[in-house]
Amino acid sequence: MKKRLTERLGFLMLYLAGILVLFFLGVILFDIFIKGVGALSWKFLTQPPRMGMTEGGIFPAIMGTFMVSIITVIFAVPLGMFAAIYLNEYAQPGKITRLIRLAIRNLSGVPSIVYGLFGVVLFVQMFRFGTSVVSAGLTLGLLTLPWTITACEEALKTVPKSYREGALALGATKWHSIRTNVLPYAIPGMMTGVILGLSRAAGETAPILFTGAAFFLPHLPKSLFDQFMALPYHLYILATQHHAIEKVRPIAYGTALVLLALILLLNLSAIWVRYRYRQKMRG
Amino acid sequence: MRILNVRVWMLVIGVAIGGFALIGPEAQGQNMIQVKGSDSEVNLVQRLAELFMQKSRGVNIAVTGGGSGTGIAALINKQTDIANSSRELSPKEAEAAKAAGVQAFRVVFATDGISVITHPSNPVSKLTVEQIGKIFKGAITNWKEVGGKDSEVSLYGRQSNSGTYVFFREFVVKADYSPHMKSMNGNAQIVEALKRDTGGIGYVAVGYVVNEKGEVMSGVKILNVAKDGQSEAYSPVKMENVMSGKYPISRPLNQYLNGKPSGKLLDFIRFEISKEGQEVVRKEGFFPVQKEWMDFNRKQGL
Amino acid sequence: MEEPHEPSLTLKEAPVGEAWLHKRTETKDKAIAFRKFRIRRLHELFIEKFFFLNGLFAILILLGIFSLLFIKGFPAFRELGLKSFLGSSVWNPNAYSTPQYGILSLITSTLMVTFGALVIAVPLGVACAAFISQVASSRVREILKPAVEILAGIPSVVVGFLGIILVNPLIAKLFGISNGLNALNGSILLAIMSLPTIISLSEDALPAVPNTYKEASLALGGNDWQTLIRVLVPSALSGIIASIMLGMGRAIGETMTVLMATGNAPALTFNFLDAIQTMTSTIAIELGEVPYNTTHYYALFVIGLVLFVMTFVVNLVSDVILQKYQQVEK
Repeated sequence: MKKRLTERLGFLMLYLAGILVLFFLGVILFDIFIKGVGALSWKFLTQPPRMGMTEGGIFPAIMGTFMVSIITVIFAVPLGMFAAIYLNEYAQPGKITRLIRLAIRNLSGVPSIVYGLFGVVLFVQMFRFGTSVVSAGLTLGLLTLPWTITACEEALKTVPKSYREGALALGATKWHSIRTNVLPYAIPGMMTGVILGLSRAAGETAPILFTGAAFFLPHLPKSLFDQFMALPYHLYILATQHHAIEKVRPIAYGTALVLLALILLLNLSAIWVRYRYRQKMRG
Repeated sequence: MRILNVRVWMLVIGVAIGGFALIGPEAQGQNMIQVKGSDSEVNLVQRLAELFMQKSRGVNIAVTGGGSGTGIAALINKQTDIANSSRELSPKEAEAAKAAGVQAFRVVFATDGISVITHPSNPVSKLTVEQIGKIFKGAITNWKEVGGKDSEVSLYGRQSNSGTYVFFREFVVKADYSPHMKSMNGNAQIVEALKRDTGGIGYVAVGYVVNEKGEVMSGVKILNVAKDGQSEAYSPVKMENVMSGKYPISRPLNQYLNGKPSGKLLDFIRFEISKEGQEVVRKEGFFPVQKEWMDFNRKQGL
Repeated sequence: MEEPHEPSLTLKEAPVGEAWLHKRTETKDKAIAFRKFRIRRLHELFIEKFFFLNGLFAILILLGIFSLLFIKGFPAFRELGLKSFLGSSVWNPNAYSTPQYGILSLITSTLMVTFGALVIAVPLGVACAAFISQVASSRVREILKPAVEILAGIPSVVVGFLGIILVNPLIAKLFGISNGLNALNGSILLAIMSLPTIISLSEDALPAVPNTYKEASLALGGNDWQTLIRVLVPSALSGIIASIMLGMGRAIGETMTVLMATGNAPALTFNFLDAIQTMTSTIAIELGEVPYNTTHYYALFVIGLVLFVMTFVVNLVSDVILQKYQQVEK
């Protein structure tokens, strides 16, 4: 009897745990949606802020986030892919390979503000890029790199060995066999990882705080070496540093909603790519 | 899948190009004025910049915050044209500027009466400078010690990059702040927090708690401050109190530049201290430049 | 017949007629083919080395970050000495009187808020993972798993934002204090942020436990719950612990959430209802204002170094645990 009771209670607790986690997510999404949807409009998305940011829209922030993300992708994707190809296709088990894997795992645990520190010294000062789209994009690229490598490696792993062996048996060189028989099948999986990494980078604030994000710019960045506005930084400022905090609260919520929507969109497209990829692999 | 990739990449690149194209016809880098620094001043200067840009086409003014310390550091690092600073340059900063070849040129464009604010339910209405100092350095920790309810004092202040932080410490606290003081990110955050904290006390620039009609904003209470135990306590909301010095915690709001300005930069500075500019200052809740400081400005050729 | 000069053929070996012509072109083809092969081999070698360099890049970055933090932080060590950092709990670099660089209170605040986060997130996360992998129907699983993924993607600014607006008044009302910007607020928010890590990794660890364990327990008369608690969870323990360590690393390094919601008072305190200031917040607050290359600037790198070392150690421990776990399974 007692056993039954503990069993019932035990499973009830587990059930509650699941519900609680859903509840947290629900509260976050619901609150942001309800209080942010009122601020959304076509004007909100396409106009710059006005009247000290109490009116107008957040277009420059959307654009800025977009531009920085492109730099991040250009930097992190090739590097990540190549490193993953090395790890999965060429690397021999040994000390160096273990070290590389250790380095990757540790890099993914480094705090984002430490990446920011690194970015300030390396890109802003040493390379003299100044606070700019480039500096911030490269810093975010470094942040995303461990993730990209891991995701690409996972994608490569799912390609069956036979694909490679078949090509090699026909006389192709190793690189040739990778290029024609492995990569095409791994690319969708890689894309999933890249998109997810990108969605993480788009939401990061700490690395761009000192490498290029700005509070209020009257124009879009004219070059890659200009400062830029960004959605997460915009939300941060609206929530903590603005003079009419109550007045701009709806705009802050709107910004949060746009940011969340962007990230959700990226996540959904990654899931969709993964789904199509799985289907193809099965068929 | 290959085709899908190509299409996706083309889409990405296409949107990117489209985005960059929107920037195309912008002027190439000239006539861009960068303003950085004081959080107390940022909204005021932004407003002034907006109006100036409307009047004078072809100029772009970017105003960012970060605190007076940040602005001055940026000026010394030659990363900004104007450093908004709600305090004066420190001797160390003056040295660093000289060493970097920066000639610090000071303009005073407004006056501020730093307001000490509490929750509206707090029965205390006035304090002396000394009492406020004791509260903020942690020597007084309960409201009943100054005639209020029996509850703990909850301190709010700024961070060390803030000119207001430095000024308030120098002229009111005259010692280190209590380590229990919560460092908020800006004036607005302090106001926000105090609206919900019945035992709270904080210091902010007056523009953040006074609306454009000159009335106290709802949700907070501004304390009257007395110079000492024998003097009367005055409110910073009345312009006359601040301009005449009766309100003991007032300060000039500054901008520092690298050498005397010229061209559009000079036009902007002149606009700020013009009658039109000073009206904007009033509307934002601050006070016009005091006479002695206006003379100082004029003597420099403004 | 005139023989063209072929050094490799002696008169004796020289074939005659058409067959000879054939063999000669065959050899030339072979030579060309061999050259082509050598070039290809070189090509392949280059490519392999290229990829190797890319892989090496990861180590380079890690070393780069560490050495940069160390190099930039060193002047502060030299000027102030290790004792002034680790021996004092007063962080006040822009003090009225003497500047103080004690980071003890910053370290304890970071650890406090991490500990608080783990206290909430570990039971909740492991229970949720157990739920997903063992108990939930596949329909529920289809909802929960994406939900956890989405939770993982929510940016820290947004969580911090809600911490200021929602959690803050909640805590104030619940505990009857005047405001809710404190360590407890930070802990709750960090728990929400580490949950997805703990859940996903624990979830991976649980079904990985071989079915034989499960069946053995059931055969011995235990019911499902007992099987879960007494057999499955303990054998997946190393995987779960590894996930906890990773979640811990995430909490230690989180910046924006704590910056917005913990009140930022650098005092040394162990009261969760007090405002605190973590190491990450300190860097975020002060990096923008210090002129480059001053003692204060270098001191911030010292904090960065401490953060780096802490997360490095946590990751290393998690790795070691995972290694042992994989060995045990074999």
